[in-house]
Amino acid sequence: MSKVKFNKETGPREVFCGLTSIVWLHRRMPDAFFLVVGSRTCAHLIQSAAGVMIFAEPRFGTAILEEKDLAGLADAHEELDRVVNDLIARRPEIKTLFLVGSCPSEVIKLDLATVAEKLNKRFLGQVRFVNYSGSGIETTFTQGEDGALKALIPLMESSNEEKLLLVGTLANNVEDRFKKIFRNLGISNIESFPPRQSTELPKIGKNTKVLLTQPYLSDTVRDLKHRGCEIISAPFPLGIEGSTKWFLAAAKAFKISELKVHEIISPLINRAKLALDAHKEILKGKRLFLLPESQLEISLARFLHNECEMDLIEVGTPYLNKDLMKEEINLLPDNTKIVEGQHVEKQLDRVRESNPDLVVCGMGLANPLEAEGISTKWSIEMVFSPIHGIDQAADLAGLFSKPLKRNQILTSKTLVTH
Amino acid sequence: MELTLWTYEGPPHVGAMRIASSMKEIHYVLHAPQGDTYADLLFTMIERRGQRPPVTYTTFQARDLGGDTAELVKKNIKEAVERFKPKTLLVGESCTAELIQDQPGALAKGMGFDMPIVNLELPAYSKKENWGASETLYQLTRTLLKEKVSSSDKINPFRWRELGRRPKVNILGPSLLGFRCRDDVIEIQRILSEQGIDTNVVAPLGASPDDIERLIDAEINICLYKEIAEASCEWLKRNFGMEYTNTIPIGIKNTIEFINEVHEKLDLPLTNKEELENKSKLPWYSKSVDSNYLTGKRVFIFGDGTHAIAAAKIAKEELGFEVVGLGTYSREMARQVRASAKDLNLEALITNNYLEVEDAMKKAAPELVLGTQMERHSAKRLGIPCSVISTPMHVQDVPARYSPQMGWEGANVIFDDWVHPLMMGLEEHLIDMFKHDFEFVDGHQSHLGHTATNTKDILNSDEKKEKNGKEGIIWTESGRAELTKVPFFVRGKVKTNTEKYAILRGIPEISDETLYDAKAYFS
Repeated sequence: MSKVKFNKETGPREVFCGLTSIVWLHRRMPDAFFLVVGSRTCAHLIQSAAGVMIFAEPRFGTAILEEKDLAGLADAHEELDRVVNDLIARRPEIKTLFLVGSCPSEVIKLDLATVAEKLNKRFLGQVRFVNYSGSGIETTFTQGEDGALKALIPLMESSNEEKLLLVGTLANNVEDRFKKIFRNLGISNIESFPPRQSTELPKIGKNTKVLLTQPYLSDTVRDLKHRGCEIISAPFPLGIEGSTKWFLAAAKAFKISELKVHEIISPLINRAKLALDAHKEILKGKRLFLLPESQLEISLARFLHNECEMDLIEVGTPYLNKDLMKEEINLLPDNTKIVEGQHVEKQLDRVRESNPDLVVCGMGLANPLEAEGISTKWSIEMVFSPIHGIDQAADLAGLFSKPLKRNQILTSKTLVTH
Repeated sequence: MELTLWTYEGPPHVGAMRIASSMKEIHYVLHAPQGDTYADLLFTMIERRGQRPPVTYTTFQARDLGGDTAELVKKNIKEAVERFKPKTLLVGESCTAELIQDQPGALAKGMGFDMPIVNLELPAYSKKENWGASETLYQLTRTLLKEKVSSSDKINPFRWRELGRRPKVNILGPSLLGFRCRDDVIEIQRILSEQGIDTNVVAPLGASPDDIERLIDAEINICLYKEIAEASCEWLKRNFGMEYTNTIPIGIKNTIEFINEVHEKLDLPLTNKEELENKSKLPWYSKSVDSNYLTGKRVFIFGDGTHAIAAAKIAKEELGFEVVGLGTYSREMARQVRASAKDLNLEALITNNYLEVEDAMKKAAPELVLGTQMERHSAKRLGIPCSVISTPMHVQDVPARYSPQMGWEGANVIFDDWVHPLMMGLEEHLIDMFKHDFEFVDGHQSHLGHTATNTKDILNSDEKKEKNGKEGIIWTESGRAELTKVPFFVRGKVKTNTEKYAILRGIPEISDETLYDAKAYFS
């Protein structure tokens, strides 16, 4: 392991909770509905993060707890029953209903598992119910996806068929590209989790080789291991380097030669390097500060340093699973400062002191930092944009070069004025 | 438990954040888990604020719950006070913290600080954002002024004369994430100043705790947004005898009435009454022959109480529209909205469910919708033009240009904003009329894009319904052909009316003649 410096920090935070991941999960599985059992705050959070108004009727909603629900637990269970009945009557096309726990439902110990079990019996053959928690007292942002996927694992049938299982939500076009490349490598049995339809869950077993596409799936990985799956250890497919090593690790697990991998992906790499050059020109030597939010920070730091030659001031992450991240950490330059957790005020002090060229942060902090003259990139864009794979390396770099380029344009004094 | 797919208002602590963020030298310690920090983006992204909201989130986690969350609260309060040195501290909790009952306000008061501390108890499971904002402004005003209550005489609104100065008023209610507040304040101050009236304090927008303490230097209060300021105005009236205005100066008539009311309350003679009619272009624009086509346009109105009531009055009395629907999501203002609706022979729609609003909109078959950003989307789906008149805020509701809703300039803005979408409606009609001409370029796109209702859609989508409908009404060839000739923006209404007529008369098949029979019957 390279000599990176690990630090932990606690204090007030500025991050989303796990409920936010519903925004991309519901798009991935168009036959599923996500019902948060929570407060008006939960409903307001999701609509603020998701731009809900464009939908006639979104496939997520909140069963808002009211005073009378808090008075006695029996009532709350009955009320939830009623809400679910209404919802299913209204949306008969729904195949899977996720009951999503929130901070208030966790605190009052609303037993969503029991509710789900009862509902499963009643709606047998029509709708499946699963529950998980997206609460902010337990989960951060992308950890919501971890919870949702973990909740689906018990529904996955067993099979000893040999297959490659890509785990973690990907943009559909990226997923298609990956599958094509794997097929060219000679791996034909490839499935994705989460699938595009919630009812088409992959079967898993001891010949399932799991390749993670996202770094935030600790609990899911643990449960897949329990089901006998083999976890392929690799960095994550962000940038050329990460993606190459990711393909190589998969190939190795399927006993495909390195030579074959290079043969297939070399043209892609050459093409991507060409595209990346323009962005590298802008990013090279610029100093980067990553605030914690998506858990993608370590992989992004690796890409932006190794391939775009940025200097890393600090790499924040809301949560660090050193085991899952070891391949990534090994690729980081010595003395990289990784900070797990957050004290947002102290961290912002360090941002100001270090005078970075670019800060990756949440939407609550971006404009205030811009107003102080510090260029920013919103981290939420990383989870909404297709950024994975060799073909997307330049697009990924573009997310970071664009604010710097824009800054250059706006502050340029070369305009001729008359 | 209430199933909510989208909500017009946030939780009450977001209302408190609106007050805190609007003001200076205030800090709000909010006992809340990490996810609640999403609310910062409402200010930094929607309002494009260059400062973070002055809020510290205690960020308690599940593992803290077994231990001492009260200590965590105190630690955060201490750090926030040391770092931000606020002149007044607000302390409260969000929905989850309310359940664990740490009573952060009481904890803060026991920590020995010199500054005033406002303990905010905002019940998250029964109240909403506007109530939270109102309660916060009220508690803050009360905390900062309560010591002066007994020592002060009741304020005589005519005292400015004895004091030998111009009358002074406070403008209460404008806040961040309020609809066009930034510009309304400028407009109202300009109007008052023209009348020889000075502004003492604007609050909460831009005010400091010192300014709140100075409120009683003014003679009267201008209550600009009842949702936010009425409770505070009422308290100031009860305790200091300060009168406050009741008229919201949106629209020409209301602005004139507002100016009259202010003058009466201050016993200040109004000398330029005639001039007032000509301060805005709205009256003349509305009178010009070009506006004839506005007569009787069917409008559907939904928004917060203040803006919905004002919109109904302008629509009916100043633009000559017909109001066919009126409603609000502000439960606190339900009574006033119901009264306004009754004057228009309507029943007010009071709901927080946007799907109900969309249904009501569909049934009313309006030609123009005045609503929130959500109604804009609903109207777009129905192919009806819409103008936004109310919160909840969207980044588009914070325009770069000066764009008030109140006063003279506000009336100008309203004329343009409401009439332009309708003019495009007329354009739509022309497209419909001329689409068979050979010069017409096929595929010409109107502003409503592909979503605009066209006859084919109406007939196709309803075909099934008609055949399966319990009434069993059938549209004949000639009936359909005639319906396509009706301008698109009244087509839905004509169709509904004709069917209603057919049912009434027991006519099983609708022909072109039935259409004309129905037309005559309902006219």
